[in-house]
Amino acid sequence: MKALPERPTVDFSEKFPVFTPEMKATHTILIPDMLPWHFDLLVHVMRRAGYKVEVLHNEGRAVIDEGLKHVHNDTCYPALCVIGQYLDALKSGKYDPEHTAVLITQSGGGCRASNYIPLIRKALKAEFPHVPVLSLNFSGLEKGNSLQLSVKEFIQLAYAIFYGDLVMTCYNQTKPYEREEGAAAGARVFCVEALKKALDAGSYKKLKRCARLVLETFAAVPVDRVPKVKVGIVGEIYVKYSPLGNSHLEDFLLSEGCEPVVPALMDFILYCVINTVNDAKFYGKKRGTALAFRIVYNWLYGKQKAIIRLMKAQGRFEPLHDFEHLRKCADKVINQGVKMGEGWLIPAEMAALAETGTDNIVCAQPFGCLPNHIAGKGAVRALKQLYADENIVPVDYDPSATRVNQENRIKLMLATARENLRQKGGKA
Amino acid sequence: MAKLLGIDVGSTTVKVCVLGETGEILYSSYVRHYSRVKQCVLGELEKIRPLSDTFKTCITGSAGLGIAQRGKIAFVQEVQAAYGAIRKLYPDTDAAVELGGEDAKIIFVTGGTEQRMNGSCAGGTGAFIDQMATLLDLSVEEMDALALKAERVYPIASRCGVFAKSDIQPLLNQGASKADIAASIFQAVVDQTVSGLAQGRRIKGKVLFLGGPLFFLKALRKAFKQTLGLDDAHAVFPDTAPCFISIGAAMYASESEEETLAELEERLLAVSDGENITVGEPLFRSQEEYSDFIARHMRSDLEFENVLTYRGDASLGIDSGSTTTKLMLITPDCKILYSHYQTNNGQPLDIVVQRIREIYSLIGDRIVIRGACVTGYGEDMMRAALKIDFGVVETMAHFKAALHFNPDVDFIIDIGGQDIKCFKVKNRAIDSIMLNEACSSGCGSFIQTFAKAMGMEIEEFSRLGLFAKHPVELGSRCTVFMNSSVKQAQKEGASVEDISAGLSSSIVKNAIYKVIRARTPDELGQHIVVQGGTFLNDAVLRSFEKETGKEVVRPAIAGLMGAFGAALYAKENTARDTLLSSLVSEAELAAFSYSSRSVICKGCTSHCNVNVLTFSDGRRFISGNKCERGAGLPKPKDEPNIYAFKYEKLLSLPNASFAGERGTVGLPLQLLMYEQLPLWTTFFETCGFRVVLSEKSSRALYFRGQHTVASDTACYPAKLMHGHIESLLDRGVDFIFYPCESYNLDEHDSVNHYNCPVVAYYPELLKANNERLNDGNLVMPYIDPNSEGTTVRALHRVLKKYKLSASLIRRAYRAGLERMQAFHALIVEEGRKILSRADREGKQVIVLAGRPYHTDPEINHGIDKLLNSLGLAVLSEDAVFEEGNFVKVNVLNQWTYHARLYRAAEFVTRRKNANLVQLVSFGCGIDAITTDEVRAILENSGKLYTQIKIDEINNLGVVKIRLRSLLAAIEEQQRKQ
Repeated sequence: MKALPERPTVDFSEKFPVFTPEMKATHTILIPDMLPWHFDLLVHVMRRAGYKVEVLHNEGRAVIDEGLKHVHNDTCYPALCVIGQYLDALKSGKYDPEHTAVLITQSGGGCRASNYIPLIRKALKAEFPHVPVLSLNFSGLEKGNSLQLSVKEFIQLAYAIFYGDLVMTCYNQTKPYEREEGAAAGARVFCVEALKKALDAGSYKKLKRCARLVLETFAAVPVDRVPKVKVGIVGEIYVKYSPLGNSHLEDFLLSEGCEPVVPALMDFILYCVINTVNDAKFYGKKRGTALAFRIVYNWLYGKQKAIIRLMKAQGRFEPLHDFEHLRKCADKVINQGVKMGEGWLIPAEMAALAETGTDNIVCAQPFGCLPNHIAGKGAVRALKQLYADENIVPVDYDPSATRVNQENRIKLMLATARENLRQKGGKA
Repeated sequence: MAKLLGIDVGSTTVKVCVLGETGEILYSSYVRHYSRVKQCVLGELEKIRPLSDTFKTCITGSAGLGIAQRGKIAFVQEVQAAYGAIRKLYPDTDAAVELGGEDAKIIFVTGGTEQRMNGSCAGGTGAFIDQMATLLDLSVEEMDALALKAERVYPIASRCGVFAKSDIQPLLNQGASKADIAASIFQAVVDQTVSGLAQGRRIKGKVLFLGGPLFFLKALRKAFKQTLGLDDAHAVFPDTAPCFISIGAAMYASESEEETLAELEERLLAVSDGENITVGEPLFRSQEEYSDFIARHMRSDLEFENVLTYRGDASLGIDSGSTTTKLMLITPDCKILYSHYQTNNGQPLDIVVQRIREIYSLIGDRIVIRGACVTGYGEDMMRAALKIDFGVVETMAHFKAALHFNPDVDFIIDIGGQDIKCFKVKNRAIDSIMLNEACSSGCGSFIQTFAKAMGMEIEEFSRLGLFAKHPVELGSRCTVFMNSSVKQAQKEGASVEDISAGLSSSIVKNAIYKVIRARTPDELGQHIVVQGGTFLNDAVLRSFEKETGKEVVRPAIAGLMGAFGAALYAKENTARDTLLSSLVSEAELAAFSYSSRSVICKGCTSHCNVNVLTFSDGRRFISGNKCERGAGLPKPKDEPNIYAFKYEKLLSLPNASFAGERGTVGLPLQLLMYEQLPLWTTFFETCGFRVVLSEKSSRALYFRGQHTVASDTACYPAKLMHGHIESLLDRGVDFIFYPCESYNLDEHDSVNHYNCPVVAYYPELLKANNERLNDGNLVMPYIDPNSEGTTVRALHRVLKKYKLSASLIRRAYRAGLERMQAFHALIVEEGRKILSRADREGKQVIVLAGRPYHTDPEINHGIDKLLNSLGLAVLSEDAVFEEGNFVKVNVLNQWTYHARLYRAAEFVTRRKNANLVQLVSFGCGIDAITTDEVRAILENSGKLYTQIKIDEINNLGVVKIRLRSLLAAIEEQQRKQ
């Protein structure tokens, strides 16, 4: 490539408040809601690291309206929800704007989501000019303005995610069948509190002990195993998980008498990690970093395998997806080069769900999500050719898309699902 | 024995069906519910009382869900209900198409059962047809009858009602026949169903057509049959079509509990109203508050002068808008002599002729019309037909009018029938202009359509909203979304009053947050003038004041401001001379008539539909043409236009006479290939392949690939790609090549150098959704063009079959990269030439900045040529960005094409005679980020920012207004300096 001639750089950027090390002591850091129980554990780790962190749970029209007012309306819905939550919270008077910061994760991929930070800064500028925006990322973006955690603390975060996934999976497989209303929720509270103690005591690394605690707690909940429609939830990371983003999709499915099957958050992290490894393999990019990522990957994947082994040994629960299996699933449908947004992970999860008996799937996506054109809606036909019974409904989430419209579509999918279940029941 | 009762509560209608023991239909009905869902259902139940003592009931339909849930009545999803009925009544059906009020559905029965509903952003439904009928001022039945007499079909976008309007309005204004337009509307519905719903699956075999519109509208049936190629034996239109779904629901009712009608009614009555909907504050708390409000606005009024007694000069202003026509005659001291406001009914010229005749009869010899000026969509036609002295772009007309009412005005918002215009004013000149993009209208005509749907006149409907106690929050997006929000509110039992007030507030929010994108109301300004017919609606005006927290000025002539501004313009421009107006005289007018006919221009390959108006004195007016040729003028030569230059050079890249001993490769000229065509042409030719390009993009090409489009909200360039693939497959190439590139070329001026996800991975979608493609005939290696080693390896792997040596591939790839650089240098060189020529000739330069694929004339719709015709030189972002400095922006600068935009903008800030117009494709999520940055760069340096959103719609009228407003503002700026 020909080198371009040297030119001066003109600075069109605006100054924004920086999160200085001293602020760690003085500032409360707000985090948008996504996975309440995972975040409970993650926040616990951050608090132990000395950050004053708080997860936002505010909801409702006011949140969305703040988002609409402060973000370009063609920007994706997650940005709107997240920014709406920040502004609504800051305006509530609960937080001192002079001593508050906000935190967001950043993947650094080729999707718009990497631009959330500037969007948040822009949104805060008019009314809360002193609130710094912090990044949590692994790509070296926003140097000096990201959360500073030690290796040990990162490891704790990883464990927190593993345990969060395990609790979520066991809960979803118990709740629809519980004999006594609220028993599964009780088990969840018990597990999360016990895991926090494990994080405090340092025993969180004893994977076997912690995982068994979760598995056995949930296995002890009395259940009636009546056949229910299982519905997988895949899609863009935020609307897939966040109740605010997906209009409480899990609750809706539960109310319809279904078992929601929600793939693990760790799969998304493994997906991000392996993409860097793939980049090196495909294009020879950043070989050094890739090597380090390969080590991280191997370590994480090893832990995931261990959890899956424990789940199988316990026997009551359908285990988490094996990430290497997910990659093989992806290869049947799409190239692993599709790495922007949730990319190949979406079809991979849809295929893996079909292979593990969850034919019914809600593919949740923000309206107009670019990667999802290809990896979500675009992949449905290919998946159906592989798995004839697969029953997929892509659902767009958007500030003005109404629940009626979304639920109607999901109900159509459920009607087919129930029909299929009945037919299978007839055969069996 | 209980009878089976099925109730289908749709978005606009209630369908009821009662089945007997053997499944025979005892009763069926189809009635509009005008949003009074519960009452309507109860009324229908009254009619079936004699049929049986007890019933088993099942409800279906989009608006039925809430009733069923809260009344604890069995519910079945409507597509499922249809499916059940089809299997029982028409077991040999292969597929069924059902169009409802706001839904469209397809059920594939054989060859893998599948049920599909339209996406949340999709027109092509009953409501769409209603909306279009309103636009044509016809009843749906009349439209149907007319369509059967059509002679030709125009392309009309059907994805969303607003798009279609943008296509239809110019046709109407040009005088195209209503019959042809009506037929085109039905064709659009069919196209939408085929592309939006079938998505890659062909609708074939025996097809059942269901739902009200398909039962009642013969022209729609005809269009479906023709498009799908079905004969009478394979296209089935059952007599039960309108209430078919309710039959299905009745079948599902067999599992319900048996009960008496009284029991059912009791449960329905118990369904509570108004739960779960967000409500806002009432617009007025008391009659007193309302009276104060009215009194305050009465103050902004013009004085009147008696046209029957006044003697002296006068100026005439005409605003020929898209849906309405306004005229105003004023005295030199701005008193109103005459004014008129009328809906076009598709015949704007007739109306103006009639009114000017009236004016002449009123003024006699006492009043002399010194000058006349016309503005609005119909400007060119009116000027030509009636010899009007001046034409002024509508934005300027509105600005002039607003200045008259408040010399300190710093913000003007005009909401008309189908557009929203906002201007910020600085130093008594327009500083920036915002127009609504075609998809977010939600303007005046929306309320009107809604009022009609509720069976009311607009005045009555909006008055109801004034004192609504709990206005519903309906969101602030496009019409289709608002429709479903209303549906939701209806489901929840909101009253018509609350919905009316909610709609007014939606329109206001749409304007403030979607069009203006204000973060806080203070951003708008301190002295706001509101105008446009929609603001005559007090509910809208009040909503605006409530939302902004400001008292604004609404002139009593809010609906006539365009005409008033035009009259002012005529007055100012005739003040100093003594010439008489060139306006047609009373005598000329008496003999005036015209005829219109539409023809296809054969001047070039564009084949524009042009409309020829012939006036009684023999003069002609031609419209609808994209270039001067259509207007009968010679083709301009050698315009300073880099778009045309680039396109021509690209097309001539492949060597047509090269035999290609190894085979033929097809390159789809779309998306990434607009940038990398030189690279891959040279690469493949060096390797011994003949390169075949796909056909030139066109609407027809788009339709050819439309059945494989998987996501109808993707950008138009992406959707066109499907046609290019079909074209190459039909041309019989050995394989099609399009690489997947996460990374684009690193131009060393940004943090990263990604492609957007659509450009990068579109072949994945193509392969998954086109049954003709497979691993053999679509070659799509994953490569990073910056890394020669891995690229050569990847190419070697995917072309293994051809046994090319790695060294040949390396050599060919290097040659390709060199060719691409040379091509780029050629563009830059041409850009320099255009710049220096513009400097020499004193021309303004527009950097029409977009993406490489915006070079495609089907995508840019000839905006480059339009700019030329306005006397401007046209450059592109890729021709100038290297002259721009590096920039540091607020956002993460990580896409190659977008980094070019920022640098091109920086370049423009340093050129006195240059301005930038950004082309943005609909659905381009990434441009939601770039546009704000480009705007900031330009506005920081006192330059105007203009953005044009483009899609499949081909309506340069709006674009022209924007560009002319920009020019007017530039002139204004220069005059100030």
